[in-house]
Amino acid sequence: MAKALKRVYVVLLFSFLYVPIAVMIAFSFNQSKSRTVWAGFTLDWYKQLFRNSAVLQALALSVVLALVSALIATVLGTMAAVGINRMRRRARSVVMNISYIPIVNPEIITGVSLMLLFVVAKTALSSIGGGWLAAGLLGIPSLLVAHITFNLPYVLFNVGPKLRQMDTNLYDAALDLGCNQRQAFFKVVLPEIMPAVFSSFLICLTYSIDDFTISYFTAGNQQTLPIAIFAMTRRRVSPEINALSAIIFMVILCIILVANYREDAGERKRRRNKRR
Amino acid sequence: MRTRRKGIAAPYLIWMVVFTVLPLLLVIYFAFTDKQGHPTMANLYSLGSYTNVFVLSLVLAVVATVLCLVIAYPISFMLSRLRAGRQGIALMLVMLPMWMNFLLRTYAWMSLLERNGLINRFLGLFGIGPFEMINTAGAVVLGMVYNYLPYMILPLYTAMLKIDSSIIEAAEDLGAGTWHKLWKILLPLSKPGIQTGITMVFVPAVSTFIISKMLGGGNFWLLGDLIESQFLGNAYNYNLGSAISLVLMVVVLLIMGFTGGFGQEDIEGVI
Amino acid sequence: MDQNIIVRLQDIVVDFDEEAVLDGLSLEIHDEEFVTLLGPSGCGKTTTLRVIGGFLLPKQGNVFFDGVDITRLPPYKRKVNTVFQKYALFPHLNVFENVAFGLRLKKLGEREVTERVEEMLALVGLRGFGLRDTATLSGGQQQRVAIARALVNRPKVLLLDEPLGALDLKLRKEMQIELKRIQQSLEITFIYVTHDQEEALTMSDTVVVMNHGRIQQIGSPQDIYNEPNNAFVADFIGESNILDGMMPKDFVVEFAGHAFACVDGGFAQNELVQVVVRPEDIQVVPAAAGQITGVVRTTVFKGVHYEMLVEQAGNEWIIQSTVASAPGELIGMRMEPDMIHIMHRSEEALAYMEEEEGADADEA
Repeated sequence: MAKALKRVYVVLLFSFLYVPIAVMIAFSFNQSKSRTVWAGFTLDWYKQLFRNSAVLQALALSVVLALVSALIATVLGTMAAVGINRMRRRARSVVMNISYIPIVNPEIITGVSLMLLFVVAKTALSSIGGGWLAAGLLGIPSLLVAHITFNLPYVLFNVGPKLRQMDTNLYDAALDLGCNQRQAFFKVVLPEIMPAVFSSFLICLTYSIDDFTISYFTAGNQQTLPIAIFAMTRRRVSPEINALSAIIFMVILCIILVANYREDAGERKRRRNKRR
Repeated sequence: MRTRRKGIAAPYLIWMVVFTVLPLLLVIYFAFTDKQGHPTMANLYSLGSYTNVFVLSLVLAVVATVLCLVIAYPISFMLSRLRAGRQGIALMLVMLPMWMNFLLRTYAWMSLLERNGLINRFLGLFGIGPFEMINTAGAVVLGMVYNYLPYMILPLYTAMLKIDSSIIEAAEDLGAGTWHKLWKILLPLSKPGIQTGITMVFVPAVSTFIISKMLGGGNFWLLGDLIESQFLGNAYNYNLGSAISLVLMVVVLLIMGFTGGFGQEDIEGVI
Repeated sequence: MDQNIIVRLQDIVVDFDEEAVLDGLSLEIHDEEFVTLLGPSGCGKTTTLRVIGGFLLPKQGNVFFDGVDITRLPPYKRKVNTVFQKYALFPHLNVFENVAFGLRLKKLGEREVTERVEEMLALVGLRGFGLRDTATLSGGQQQRVAIARALVNRPKVLLLDEPLGALDLKLRKEMQIELKRIQQSLEITFIYVTHDQEEALTMSDTVVVMNHGRIQQIGSPQDIYNEPNNAFVADFIGESNILDGMMPKDFVVEFAGHAFACVDGGFAQNELVQVVVRPEDIQVVPAAAGQITGVVRTTVFKGVHYEMLVEQAGNEWIIQSTVASAPGELIGMRMEPDMIHIMHRSEEALAYMEEEEGADADEA
């Protein structure tokens, strides 16, 4: 009885999670524009999607934005993690609390507050004669700043623990064997924390590509992919959205499978080593 | 030697002050000034006329949070009791939909809930309905639950992982029934996860404007919609928008004070 | 002896959060000497090593190397290498590259690097292990890699921070002999940190006993064991009976309610002293023949000997004897004059004794 109940619950839950996505993917191959009636198989919506210049441009912007912001956030965040690791407890807790703000704050507040900053900066720049600077501010520059800002703390919270786990003697050993501080960092510390740095980069990429709310307030006239999707959902029903969803879902599935595989391999290796 | 390495955190610190702390100070500044920049309390006083929006936002967010907790609790426990090898895959299956862009996820429900959408058609096969499902409060709550459920499952699962199976067995051994086990053993021990989960679902739910727009059809104005309309919409009043944002922040801080926010470990678990 | 001083520490003060870890420590270490810094955890021995290695800048005081002040020299410019606690092998490099690490930084030619690394691996008994992943090695093997990695740079002084702490007893004994052999064959200075007194006595030319950031005694293992300076040293090095006593005149000491003949003199008349008697130096005799008598409380067989706790006039004695006496039996105890060691009472020793008593009380 309890077992049957459990099974019903699990089936219902997974249906709840996956039916909407499955339906969307199925209807991306539907010949008719209808979201409910099946009228035969087609790839037309995919073709249309790849001819939709607004979506393609938005995609390009999102990808570039994600790569650049993730790169900058990873570098700055890793540097910060190294620096903070050496701070005294009081200073460290102040920094950590500031770092929590973007994570804890509702996204809309982060978006709105950054928008205010850019609007104020724009006004200030114009009034001191930097009109040419001000004109371009709200758009790609503001998006980049916003994305770096919401990504930074995740790097810190990902790399920081890895650094704390690391045997502090490794760094000393490098110095002992003749490295100066820079060499010690690049030859010993960085290889040690590289998995965390790399996964931070991936996390930043996904957050950046996925973000709608903060971008929405800081994009000016620019369209990132989620903003383009939003615009599409506001207009008439278009199965192109379904096609896009299907593609995104498949890409994510692949990435997660690869990431999981890597993690498993790493875990197996660690376990094997521990046994010896 | 120590000091030189600390210095490399400086760019980050400057960045966070300029792009996180300063913008929040601007929100506070705008909330207490008028369009000419004169100090005023008018923005905050005028919030009284939006009481219904505040109440609706809170009610829908609370309902969604409670539903998430109820739905997520059993699956989190089951996940935490799986064999180590299977946990990773099962967890991935639960989390996978979350990686989909949330606009697309919400859009998927739009087509399901429509008057002649799939659900009504399906029910129609049995001669039931059609029901008015989209553009209702229920649809908005459903969107919240669907989107934020993983935020509840993950911290619950993390907390339950730490509960040793032998504790539960010991309780059974001592004659604890199912309900007793739940109330006296499981709930107290998973409390940190419950607190984090509540925060992580409530905060985005109370501040959303997309779900209400897409599934509420503009009939249900929430705090997020109100703020959005002041900054990008027709209303266009930064000062009022900032005042509402400030109140929203206070609400969030209150709820976090109530639940104890979430610990660093939880954040590390989530990312 | 005409030996050069290779490392000299002068009035070193180190504090963490205002608490003194090293309190004006001065120490001279000779070339080709095997020196052990010995003491309980928190005594400052590892800190001393880190000061010599250059990982810690002392708040006050100077470090001299071969007569040159190197206090502010960073670690990578010192002719000193370290074997770290838990080895600190670089996980991303294999055995060969770990050992070659220092040589590669010096931009030596590939052939010389290979030659020197192989030579070192042979010295530590790891020939043919070069391509192994360090994580696949046993603790003892990792230890050897760490030693090779440090020694390949041909340091004049090798610092070893509790290097055998993670190994099991048998392996530890083997490595002790091994380390001594390596030190003698390379003719360099080893500065070795440990809390294990047996290890210190086995390997060292000189033992430096430390407590509370200060040196308690410096001497050969024999000196340290036979002639402890104070109660702390006596208690830390091996088991001992430490009693309060008084010197009525030279060569006579009163303790445990009896006046014993002894070989020490030069104390003030009626000076209060502390007396150390090693458990194996007490002869068990029939009660009538004893200088003092006591009642056996417990007897435990320890392999080579029996260890007995004996109560005598409010004192509790530890006695090691090859012949067992039954609990409850009244026995006599005799001590030869040269088995009785007299120490001045130092403030520190007294403080230490009180601490010990406090700890005992806690346990009870």
